[in-house]
Amino acid sequence: MAEPLLVTRSLRKEFGGLVAVDGVDFTVPEGSIVSLIGPNGAGKTTFFNMLTGVYKPTAGRVSFAGEDLTGKPPHAFTQRGIGRTFQNIRLFQNMTALENVLVGMHVRLKGNLFEAIIRTPRVRHEERDARARARELIEYSGLRGRADIIGRNLSYGDQRRLEVARALATDPKLLLLDEPTAGMNPQETAEFTEFVAKLRSERGLAVLMIEHDMRVVMGVSDRVTVLDYGEKIAEGEPLEIQKNERVIEAYLGKAALA
Amino acid sequence: MRRRIATQVSAGWWAALGSVGLTRERWLTLSPARRRAVKEVVWVGIGLVLIAAFGVWQTSALAIAAVVLLIVVPPYKKFKVGRFPVGKWVVPAAALAIVIAYPYYLNSMPQVPIFGPFPMISTVVAMMIFSMMALGLNFVVGYAGLLDLGYVAFYAMGAYVAGWFASDQFSAQHLDLGAVGLQPGWIGFHFSIWLVLPMAGIATALIGVIIGLPTLRLRGDYLAIVTLGFGEIMPQVANNGNSLFGFNVTNGPEGITPIDGPGFGQWAHKHLHLPASYLTVGNYDSVFLWTTLVLILITIFCSMRLRDSRLGRAWIAIREDEIAAAAMGIPLMRTKTWAYATGAFFGGVAGAWYASYKSGAFPTDFFFQISVFILCMVILGGMGNIWGVIFGACFLTYLDREGLANVGAWMNGHLGTNVNVPLYEFGIYGAIIVIVMLFRPEGLIPSSRRSAELHEGVHDTPLYDIEAM
Repeated sequence: MAEPLLVTRSLRKEFGGLVAVDGVDFTVPEGSIVSLIGPNGAGKTTFFNMLTGVYKPTAGRVSFAGEDLTGKPPHAFTQRGIGRTFQNIRLFQNMTALENVLVGMHVRLKGNLFEAIIRTPRVRHEERDARARARELIEYSGLRGRADIIGRNLSYGDQRRLEVARALATDPKLLLLDEPTAGMNPQETAEFTEFVAKLRSERGLAVLMIEHDMRVVMGVSDRVTVLDYGEKIAEGEPLEIQKNERVIEAYLGKAALA
Repeated sequence: MRRRIATQVSAGWWAALGSVGLTRERWLTLSPARRRAVKEVVWVGIGLVLIAAFGVWQTSALAIAAVVLLIVVPPYKKFKVGRFPVGKWVVPAAALAIVIAYPYYLNSMPQVPIFGPFPMISTVVAMMIFSMMALGLNFVVGYAGLLDLGYVAFYAMGAYVAGWFASDQFSAQHLDLGAVGLQPGWIGFHFSIWLVLPMAGIATALIGVIIGLPTLRLRGDYLAIVTLGFGEIMPQVANNGNSLFGFNVTNGPEGITPIDGPGFGQWAHKHLHLPASYLTVGNYDSVFLWTTLVLILITIFCSMRLRDSRLGRAWIAIREDEIAAAAMGIPLMRTKTWAYATGAFFGGVAGAWYASYKSGAFPTDFFFQISVFILCMVILGGMGNIWGVIFGACFLTYLDREGLANVGAWMNGHLGTNVNVPLYEFGIYGAIIVIVMLFRPEGLIPSSRRSAELHEGVHDTPLYDIEAM
């Protein structure tokens, strides 16, 4: 099998004296759906932030599609094909849904300052295509007819969907979703789970998600990795993880095993 | 409180109208165009009553009212010739015509109550030059959301570039590139002003990049403080630059003067009837007015084009949420530096043009208060909105040049006071800004987006805090 899409080698992050992520080896193979779970404060989001360049790791390496990206700025990660959403939604609240998606396309467009002023035919074409593609993505993500609504006026579930659409606009090979179903009702969650599966089957995306809802995790993941106190305590297929003693201990305490 | 006052005023208003049978319901059934027309007629009526009450009842006042009505009331936007939406150009074209013709009808304009006569042409030129600077600052503050308290540094840079390349400053040099109106025995660099303007813009943009690279890593307040520092350094350098490492760069406190005026030269004069040199034409100020109008139109054009481009979206995204913008693949440093460089470019061009108009660059023109003055224009008019910024710039420059003195004279004449109003200039600006910030924090003519940002509240709370409870 070829080199996995995303590889981390003993990735570590310290904040002062606190070790948030401690030497995690981790891979995401191409076209797979991997879930990252763990109790609150286990270092999942810190780990995510290192995978997108928001934090620089204290030690260890991150490589994506065979290229070492450790220490590069966030836009370099996006450029190479890692798209992400945020745990606490970070849309551009006062831009329309369409504009949000267009910002996501930034790295895939080329028009510079001078071309924008002169509005060369190339830029005109590029902008028109970008708009058409943005509308497509918005429909694809289940926001039909809501392209011109200001971000903060969208409903909570729609904001989540728009975040995904915006991440898809960066044309990623790997999509990172940070608690995508938080705050969704069971029906929305089920729809979203289907949507993630569809992303892989239709677009060939690899997906890495942090998720607390075990129905989502067990339903759609190929592999599950468990973090606790910054360390990887288990990794495997969903069914194995369900029976893993260390995982149960981490979630429910030692008494649960007795 | 503000809302309560507004509600009560409007309730009382409708109660009064309702008592004569004109209820709110009947008003709301009218079409929007009709409602607008009625409103305009009422406003113009109020204006006419005011004019009559203050004893300036003239035919020209009626003419102004007629022009305003003609421009504002009809729904031009719907007009189409074939498939071309000609209508949307009617209002801009009318506005343009009004500005171009200003020197011709200025003398037949009436006195305005309290504010006195209409501004002189030289004041209008200053208003437009400051509009250009304010639009430059708008790229930085309005679009990219970077608070810059040292914008005057760019203005100064532009003015000194004009000083270096269009005056006798460098006595060891002797180079003429298309300059007009040279005196015999001239020394130094004398470039055509048309060449100096882009040179000043580019030099200033480079300075913007040099200042930007170390400082733009900072955020919010820290950036403001560092730019404040640069804004303080620049006039000091200008003031003490008469022996910078042994060279006389800025001629110290005396400043560089005279600076060449613009002009098109003899050939263009003969064949195209353009003025050979602005300094020798009779209607000196009018020619500057028209040329400045061209410059500001270019600035507006660039502002609009950039706002709607990939780069403009990136600026606004950074203003809204820097981390999300970075995660969407926007290179923060490069994008912010572009905003800085673009803003600096227009500041530099405006500075060079102003130096040529005033025929001099003096360190006293570049003190910190000018930075604040330009920032006030952007804030007052409405950050991020081109028309708001222009309005703010024109209004404050007008007050600075003529308005306050006129209002003071009216006040002393009618109320029997003896106050030197222009002396309290900055106090009055402060009061204006405070009032605007209290009642309309988004500025007088806000961009819809900015307005939304300033009226949001709950959206700032991170969602996970709620979940954790």
